[in-house]
Amino acid sequence: MSNSNNPERVSSFAYGGTRWLLQRLTAAFLVVVLAFHFFLLHFAVHAPEITFAGSHFRMQQLGYLVTMVLFLATATFHGTNGIYNALVNQGIEGTQKQAAKWILVVASLLLFVQGARVAWQLTVGF
Amino acid sequence: MSQSYDRGLVEDFGRWKEFSAGMWAWVLHKFTGWVLIGYLFTHIAVLSTALQSPEAYTQTLHGLESLAVVRVLEVGLLAVAVFHILNGVRLLFVDLGLGLDLDVQEKSFYAALVLTAVIVVASVPTFMEGVF
Repeated sequence: MSNSNNPERVSSFAYGGTRWLLQRLTAAFLVVVLAFHFFLLHFAVHAPEITFAGSHFRMQQLGYLVTMVLFLATATFHGTNGIYNALVNQGIEGTQKQAAKWILVVASLLLFVQGARVAWQLTVGF
Repeated sequence: MSQSYDRGLVEDFGRWKEFSAGMWAWVLHKFTGWVLIGYLFTHIAVLSTALQSPEAYTQTLHGLESLAVVRVLEVGLLAVAVFHILNGVRLLFVDLGLGLDLDVQEKSFYAALVLTAVIVVASVPTFMEGVF
């Protein structure tokens, strides 16, 4: 446990693996974009004033659209990868581990596809 | 270089006495992570009203934002997101080998907590505007 002679690193992720690296890279991106998202849609534009027309206007800016789709993709990966790692860290193995993996893969794909459909609808309008 | 170590079961109730700042940071990061991924699914579900009609999207968002309980939950979400971001920045630094000393890790954890509290409290007026 805690040992003042050995700086501890309390993490669920095995240091240096591919999923660990991807989790860190997506984290670095999400730190910036999540803060931007919160600031824009609560302070620059107040959440109660959000309308389809306003969202449609923002999504028509190519840079904003690309940022939001990347935001969706990275947040989905970061979240489901984090859940998978938390479950593995709790000790699931074998069939349970495989089931958790594929349920999360399918859930993340469904989430991304649905989010992309929403982004497309907001971009093209009606 | 940093490394993982066997922390034993966090779920063991008696271990609360030995909780270190690093352990609290780990527990809170996991808790906030679960909340945020849960919210992401909910968020996309709500925004999916855009697939019905512009009116459905606008009315749904306005209807939710007119509820005080939603505004309070949004403040909670802000707290969760800000802590996850700040503690995440702290983890990124630690993984880069910066601030590895235990006292620095503890101070940066407490700094993340304090900064989260300051940002959330300062944001309350904006988040609650016009709901009462």
